Amino acid sequence: MSAGEKHGFSVIGQPLPKLDAWAKVTGETRYADDMVLPRMAHAKLLRSPHAHALIRRIDTARARALPGVYAVITGADLPRVKFGILPVSQDEEALCTERVRMVGDAVAAVAAVDEETAEQACRLIDVDWEPLPALMSMEESLAHPEIRIHEYGDGPNVHKHVALQFGDVDAAFARADLVREDTFYYEGSTHLPMEQHAAVAQWGADGKLTLWSSTQTPHYVHRSLAKILAVPGAHIRVVAAPVGGGFGGKLDPFAHEIAVCQLSRLTGRPVKIALTREEVFYVHRGRHPVLMWIKTGFTKRGDITGCHLKTWLDGGAYGSYGVASTFYTGVVNPASYKMPVYKFEGARIFTNKPPCGPKRGHGTPQPRFALEVQIDKAAEELGLDPADMRRRIVTEPFTKTANHLTVTTTGLAECIDRVVEASRWRERRARPRARGARKRGVGFACSAYMTGAGTAIYWNAMPHSGVVLRADRSGAVALLCGATDIGQGSDSTLAYLAAEVLGIAPKDVHVHPADTTLTPVDLGSYSSRVTLMCGMAAIQAAERLRGALFEAVAKKLEVPPGALVARDGKIGVADDREKALPFAQAVELGEAMHGVLAFPGSYAPPKRAATFRGGTMGQSPCYSFSAGIVDLSVDEETGEIAVHDVWIAHDVGRALNPLLVEGQVEGSVYMGIGEALMEEQVFRKNLHKTPSMLDYKSPTALEMPEIHTILVETDDPEGPFGAKEAGQGPLLPIMPAIANAVYHAVGVRIDEVPITPDKILRALDQKRRGGPGRVGPEKLPLLAPREPLVVESAFGQPAAAVVVRPFQTERLA
Amino acid sequence: MMRLPPFTYVAARTLAEATAALAEHGHAAMLVAGGTDLYPNMKRRQFEPRVLVGLRGIRELSGVRGSAREGVTLGAGTTLSTVAAHREIATHYPALATAAGLVSSPQLRAMGTIGGNVCVDTRCNYYNQSFEWRRAIGFCMKKDGDTCLVAPGSTRCWAVSSSDTAPALVSLDARVRLVGPGGERTVPIAALYRDDGIEHLAKTREEIVTDILLPPADEWRSTYLKLRRRGSFDFPVLGVAVAARLEGDVVRGARIVLGAVASLPRSAERAEAALIGRRLTPEVIATVADLAAGPSKPLDNTDFTHPYRKKVTRVFVARALRAIGGLDAGGSAVEEVA
Repeated sequence: MSAGEKHGFSVIGQPLPKLDAWAKVTGETRYADDMVLPRMAHAKLLRSPHAHALIRRIDTARARALPGVYAVITGADLPRVKFGILPVSQDEEALCTERVRMVGDAVAAVAAVDEETAEQACRLIDVDWEPLPALMSMEESLAHPEIRIHEYGDGPNVHKHVALQFGDVDAAFARADLVREDTFYYEGSTHLPMEQHAAVAQWGADGKLTLWSSTQTPHYVHRSLAKILAVPGAHIRVVAAPVGGGFGGKLDPFAHEIAVCQLSRLTGRPVKIALTREEVFYVHRGRHPVLMWIKTGFTKRGDITGCHLKTWLDGGAYGSYGVASTFYTGVVNPASYKMPVYKFEGARIFTNKPPCGPKRGHGTPQPRFALEVQIDKAAEELGLDPADMRRRIVTEPFTKTANHLTVTTTGLAECIDRVVEASRWRERRARPRARGARKRGVGFACSAYMTGAGTAIYWNAMPHSGVVLRADRSGAVALLCGATDIGQGSDSTLAYLAAEVLGIAPKDVHVHPADTTLTPVDLGSYSSRVTLMCGMAAIQAAERLRGALFEAVAKKLEVPPGALVARDGKIGVADDREKALPFAQAVELGEAMHGVLAFPGSYAPPKRAATFRGGTMGQSPCYSFSAGIVDLSVDEETGEIAVHDVWIAHDVGRALNPLLVEGQVEGSVYMGIGEALMEEQVFRKNLHKTPSMLDYKSPTALEMPEIHTILVETDDPEGPFGAKEAGQGPLLPIMPAIANAVYHAVGVRIDEVPITPDKILRALDQKRRGGPGRVGPEKLPLLAPREPLVVESAFGQPAAAVVVRPFQTERLA
Repeated sequence: MMRLPPFTYVAARTLAEATAALAEHGHAAMLVAGGTDLYPNMKRRQFEPRVLVGLRGIRELSGVRGSAREGVTLGAGTTLSTVAAHREIATHYPALATAAGLVSSPQLRAMGTIGGNVCVDTRCNYYNQSFEWRRAIGFCMKKDGDTCLVAPGSTRCWAVSSSDTAPALVSLDARVRLVGPGGERTVPIAALYRDDGIEHLAKTREEIVTDILLPPADEWRSTYLKLRRRGSFDFPVLGVAVAARLEGDVVRGARIVLGAVASLPRSAERAEAALIGRRLTPEVIATVADLAAGPSKPLDNTDFTHPYRKKVTRVFVARALRAIGGLDAGGSAVEEVA
């Protein structure tokens, strides 16, 4: 791609509505729960009422005898094989056979004529339970090694325990003018997608299985089903139905998906299941509650000399993505600021609660909260402006971090400058305003996030994303890609990219997503990888198609292919608009010359991960950066917080569609406000306290501030037309910026989220009585430290601007 | 999704038909007007009526009649959005219009009725849960069990009165008309409520609340403040309704009623008495707010912590009094954003 072409975009950069916007708005989109097939049965799961219990016996006779019931299955009706999304944590059963580890574990499944009958049948299944002591907190789990939730892991009830050290932290602290030690707690929260999980399975008369599911990872579900059902993968087709919001909650293979497949096999009918909202709270895989201790050394000018972070993650009952989550609480923090020395220790503890996993920002909002609030405290002690202090220490582009991450472009400095200017930060900060009981404050924070995980969850040398483009004689182009549109707009983005390269309208591109029989593999909609990885594959496929078309058109027009451009639905000579053919005609010439015009594109991330154990974690082709400022007021009498304005600048590399990017930023701000102010995944008497959308408090439109989004473009060489991620990073500054603004407003530190009115009043009371005016964790769990893996710090080492990417070598030629 | 249990729906066209249907089916029957609270509760099996007697087809139940001079009568079937938007009510009985306008969300106010909100079931976060959840925890005495999970030693149920309009109507000295098989009666609305989370209404199963009668406005000022987590959707976890009549700047009549801190709307009588004959000075307001917080005895069975709800009672009563006295109401003012 030439430089001139790169900057003369016709589709890229346009604020176009999503291709499926009207279908979504009018209700035309068919989600999994909208599917109705002939003879379809309806399924329900019987879930455990106990947080921890042995199953002595399950008697399904009464349920089977109920009229309208087609089949009842238990774990005995499935192959005895455990599964889990990560190869190292194969600890789940679709239907538990011997033991349940949380309220909500599935133990039996019913298929019946309708949902009411299936529900009634579940209540007729008799289970003989032997309750076991339930471990409902990390402290309890560590205090009771004699009660084991799982037999595997890095110690009794310790799922994963990691320790990495890059450089000498003690020496770094000795060099510092100020060393702060702080503890923080970040409460767990759930994704709360509008669409509750649903799936339809059809084990066809041909002996092949099709599963339509609201999943973010059809490929991993495909692989899992083959293993769990002991059926050749070649006879399984997984289709990701349009997903009504994922946020990480639909990234694992789930009991309900497996159950409907088996029920369909047994009944010879299509079987549908749609979870209730309460069940979604049990399926969970949400934000880990994390307790944190962070020690950082600062110079007088605000340089960081070194940082030591310890995290304890409350993992819940199963592994899920927990090993990755554990690393992510440590490895991404160093990407934003110059941090020459770094040590990280993280431990994930099993408890008898719904399993935590990847929620938007996966493992990184918690340590980001700790770091950004600590920097705010340090800035005050050092007499520095919190924005200026950060501005001085942003990482250099094309360098490595202490823990060997390669930062390519970074627009963090520009992000800081832009929000400082747009919000009139200095003015707001200098003159805090009050009206009656309401005190006004502003807070600042930054963040960094990965644009796609550098490695797949199972080791392989194949592409992470694939695209097949087929040009039709009508001028339409079919784009086949395994990516799943979870509302982020990946279908639209793929169409924009292909349209840009081919010079046609996005409407002429027909995107066929996420069907394991038809589409090349994409690993899934997680880790902010789709725009970059599928996008690069789509561009490659489109360039190959365009090359074939240029060859044919060049012959017809008797010009060299290098003289041609594809623009405005035509292929022709760049500076002679008369010498051009309509795209459809170019396709006909191309097909006549080459045969069927179908071209693949493939993408795998650059190979530059460090070789130490754990060195792949946090590695990403490039990182996005954000800076946020929150203006809020705190009611000193009621403790209530009103967020008035949020300014957020996000380095997105390039905004392929600014409308979609702004949507992602605004959605992130919304989710961040919920986590900062009210969302809590809390348990009482072993049960989730608030498993409904009424009682689990998440903000409404009325709690939303004015959001001022600023997009910063850095044109990253790793991204499609320079683009980086936008779906997760902008969430991260919100929580610490709110905590810092609360301190600015009323002078109390709430070192944990959610920052509730009750905590504000407690801290204010404490302060009035001469106390520190702080609410936060007071003690840390007892867990013997693990000997760290000591690796030399790579801080400041130069990184190559462009490295070789597998499958994309021809593009460098 | 959660499904409704099977039931028979009786679409009553007259009050007589409705009362007859209630009498015929006894304990198996329940009334339904807007259904915004009843149907979700049925899905969770908090109610399992075999017969629902629908009131929506009874024309005489809806509408607002009268005037502030002679008193206003609201048909129980009048929707909450109608009550909230009614000019006469908003002007002369602002506590009621405000309370009605703060119930749940716009969609639910368009369906929900004033009668339904007055009679709405008491709530408790051990009770407003699905059948499976309640079974897992061992059920409670309000439905299917025999203990109180929030106060295990208790012989009574502590579920919380969660109506916004009830405390407002008590503060306005409203009356309710009830029609039953034996005729009709009109009682002060405070007499409709019992201090029991289960039998929270002092009416027979066959009686239907048909009208809410507001007395002449007679220079009474009123206001309602609601505590909840979010600006919409949530039930109150504290409601403060204050009505007062001032002559000059001296208080001659006062009613302070607390919602969502007991199983019924709770009058703060000592605080009311302390206002009479006084001016609304900061000192008087502080004293009265302290007294009013006394009867606020929330338990740990709603959103927010109960000590916090108690603390805010004092703040809200003070703010309500400041609003009534025309003083700066503190945190309620909307601030100019720079």
